[in-house]
Amino acid sequence: MSRLLPLIGFMLLVGLFGFGIWWNTQHDQNEVPSPLINKPAPAFVLPRLDDPTQTVSKASLLGKPYLLNVFASWCFACGEEHPTLMAEGSQLGVMLLGYDYKDAPDDAKNWLREHGNPYRMVVADRPGRTAIDFGVYGAPESFLIDAKGVIRYKHIGPITPEVITKELKPAVAALRKESP
Amino acid sequence: MMLFGTRDALALPPLTRASRARALLGFLLVAMLAFASVAHSQAIQPLPFKNHAEKVRFQHLTRQLRCLVCQNETIADSNADLARDLRLDVFQQMQQGRSDKQIKQYLVARYSDFVLYDPPLQADTLLLWFGPLLILLAGAAVVIMAIRRRSRDAGTTVQAPAGQAPTDSEDDW
Amino acid sequence: MTPELGQLALILALLLALAQGILPLIGAWRGNRALMATARPAAAGQAVFVAIAFGILVWAFLHFDFSVRYVADNSNLELPWYYRIAAVWGAHEGSLLLWILILNAWTVALAAFSQKLPEVFAARVLAVMGLVAVGFLAFIVFTSDPFGRLLPMPGDGADLNPVLQDPGMTFHPPVLYMGYVGFSVAFAFSIAGLLGGEMEQAWVRWARPWTNAAWGFLTAGIVAGSWWAYAELGWGGWWFWDPVENASFMPWLVGLALIHAQAVTEKRGSLRAWTILLSIFAFSLSLLGTFLVRSGVLTSVHAFASDPRRGIFILAFLTVVVGGSLLLYALRAPKVAGGKPFNVVSRETVLLIGNLLFAVASAMVLLGTLFPLIGDALNLGKISVGPPYFGFLFPLLMLPVVLLMPFGPFLRWGKGEAAPLKGLLLRIIVAAVACAIVAAFFVDGQLKATVGVAAAVWIAAGTVLFAYKRWREAPRGRRYPAELAGMLLAHLGMAVFVMGVLLSETLSVTSDVRMAPGQTQRIGGYDFRFDGAHRTTGPNWTADQGIIVVTRDGNKVGTMLPQKRTYLRGQVQTESAIDAGFSRDLYVALGEPMDAGNIQGAWSLRLYYKPFIRWIWGGGLLMMVGGFTAAADKRFRIKRSVDEAARTDGLLAQETRA
Repeated sequence: MSRLLPLIGFMLLVGLFGFGIWWNTQHDQNEVPSPLINKPAPAFVLPRLDDPTQTVSKASLLGKPYLLNVFASWCFACGEEHPTLMAEGSQLGVMLLGYDYKDAPDDAKNWLREHGNPYRMVVADRPGRTAIDFGVYGAPESFLIDAKGVIRYKHIGPITPEVITKELKPAVAALRKESP
Repeated sequence: MMLFGTRDALALPPLTRASRARALLGFLLVAMLAFASVAHSQAIQPLPFKNHAEKVRFQHLTRQLRCLVCQNETIADSNADLARDLRLDVFQQMQQGRSDKQIKQYLVARYSDFVLYDPPLQADTLLLWFGPLLILLAGAAVVIMAIRRRSRDAGTTVQAPAGQAPTDSEDDW
Repeated sequence: MTPELGQLALILALLLALAQGILPLIGAWRGNRALMATARPAAAGQAVFVAIAFGILVWAFLHFDFSVRYVADNSNLELPWYYRIAAVWGAHEGSLLLWILILNAWTVALAAFSQKLPEVFAARVLAVMGLVAVGFLAFIVFTSDPFGRLLPMPGDGADLNPVLQDPGMTFHPPVLYMGYVGFSVAFAFSIAGLLGGEMEQAWVRWARPWTNAAWGFLTAGIVAGSWWAYAELGWGGWWFWDPVENASFMPWLVGLALIHAQAVTEKRGSLRAWTILLSIFAFSLSLLGTFLVRSGVLTSVHAFASDPRRGIFILAFLTVVVGGSLLLYALRAPKVAGGKPFNVVSRETVLLIGNLLFAVASAMVLLGTLFPLIGDALNLGKISVGPPYFGFLFPLLMLPVVLLMPFGPFLRWGKGEAAPLKGLLLRIIVAAVACAIVAAFFVDGQLKATVGVAAAVWIAAGTVLFAYKRWREAPRGRRYPAELAGMLLAHLGMAVFVMGVLLSETLSVTSDVRMAPGQTQRIGGYDFRFDGAHRTTGPNWTADQGIIVVTRDGNKVGTMLPQKRTYLRGQVQTESAIDAGFSRDLYVALGEPMDAGNIQGAWSLRLYYKPFIRWIWGGGLLMMVGGFTAAADKRFRIKRSVDEAARTDGLLAQETRA
């Protein structure tokens, strides 16, 4: 029996590796799930991109759910995601809040002029400090925040039509069910 | 470092789920571009430390924190823009008198346990921290049994020609 | 057409490998000498075809044949010729080809040096090598063709990752693979032994030099990799416990255990099953390393392109090779402990304890490396296991090894005496404590550094005392047989290594500074004066180069020229400047200009003072030399005496009847 132990141990390893291969076809290794899901979004006060004298805060957005979409003009994949937001952003059923991350305001404005602006409103976080509170580590990232200011869902990487139908819409529908 | 993995990944044949592959590709590109955009900045960041001890503490702490952008680098070593922000953040928190533990908690709350290269001892890491001890104990038991058995054999068989003084014979080496 | 010839050569090599893997086994089973005799020509032919394929890939790189996708992906017109050759193993497909080439080199060497082995046994050994080659050749032919075409042919290629454009990286993979693949020989001996039921000490004796040589190469490969990381990555670190580093470290640890276990089995006949198991483990872990690097299962610094199909292929291969071997082990391993018995106080006991600790350390590294994956499997969330974990547990496990090391050589096989050990103990305690006290003054009483000196002196004193004992007691000419000399060198290497690690870890000083031209910074007693930066160019890069003049007490030590290179495809790579020395390294990395774009002005720089860091690699190199020296021992050479030959023939006759 003891002579079989190495073989048994090895078969366990094979199982683990098989799982690993499968897991990596389903998950992106660069995605680190946020610990903030179902926790209150961090309080923030950020200037608007179009008018830096005005600020938008977490408190001012309470009462209605919204999708906070982190983007930047330097971000290649944001350009990939952008057409999807242009096409389907208005049908999500929640407000789309743009979050311009570590970007020069003029670059961002030009970028939005060029590619179109799917956002109801855009806030700018040039130093990237608030983004740390949100646990942002790249762009694009998207946070679905409910009427009470709680983060309900986070997507890392570009939003695709598939993500919208499979993940985002059900998450929005769940919000609706709670507070019609 | 990220560049290597990413660039290679770009040469991938499309996965079966094409859209997913595109998304992944896109995201890798972001990571790469985010990287490229800061490539001219280095992990080198002169910070105004009060004294040597504070500098050593900072270096020690940031070396235990994992960067999320270049995932196999510490915050101390990574060139990524985010790592630079986080180094500054850690430095400022140190200036505010926060302890290493508090700073780690702050980062874990935002980025999850993934940022800690030193996995905390908790229920789900018991296997990690005590697994080697279990293996050691099991192995030690086997070794002790083997030694006892063999030395019992030695007692019965080797004792007889004990008259021969052991020599450092050729057989020894 | 030529690249297609390469493909063809690989397919032919695969067919020959199949022949080499199957025919001799049948021959050994049926007692058919003609079939057994196919092993050597098949191995030679396979090696020729693989060498042709490798040569064609090298030729494609040298002649800029960008119609080959692999060449286009990893080189360009500007890349110097030496890096175009290194680019052959710069990515997945080519490095796999190199792996096979090296496997063939070992097989051919084995075929040449095994002429005197019993015929049946040699046939089985070569067949096992052939089967391993089948797996790798099938892997390359079916999933990782290095000769795939890229149409239309681009005018120029991409680039070899600049991180790899470094002499250290040119040597690191071939030497490392020599080590990985070298363990296949001990593996093949074990499997052949299990197949034939020959549990004699003889085959362990034959396997020993191969194992020692393989371990020496692996040591060299790891040292080269560590040196490269230190020089090239600009962190000033020399080991990061990254999954891929761990993948090379696990077989090294098991190989270390195996070297010592083989000694016991060869001399005394004990630990036979354990030696077989370790042989299987050492090679399995080499294969596992390949799997981890190439399957993308773990995130790592130097992971190759991850492709699930490749992952599945290697996993299947791993399952067949390792699973099959372990099954064979379960069925055929010696059930009864054989060999000469030993007392509690004996060399066997010490070696056994050392073996246990090496094996547990290897298991610990495996657990830590795979734990993130286990975390995924058990839904524990994403977990990182890094240097703090390994750096805490590994020294704990190695502490008993260090403590026992001086005693091993002094103890006799079978039955040691405790009395002489007491004298030894007293001497090395005195030596270690005395040196530690002196060292404590130099290192300001820092505990870790003091302990490092004590541990190094502890090992070194024991080793030197043993060398002295041999000098006094053994007859001239027989004082230091190669095996013993190798042991002494490797143990001294360990002392040097321990000293280097603990002193450099504790005493290193790092500083990120902002320096305007003319400014001076003092680190570790050295004055670094920044004399500004300028533009410079190389064969395929342009760089900003800083000038730092280092002085100590007003005497010039040297001029250091750290660079920040921009390669053709825009990749930025820092080239640190290192002033190497026996007792310290000075290390400067160039950051960025403080005013963006103004390279004439102030820069951010990272300055290091790293005492004794070179001892880390020096110790590693001593261990490598030790391994090679032991491997060269004449007494391991096969002497086919008359009665041995007779016995083999008898064995053959017996098998034929069976």
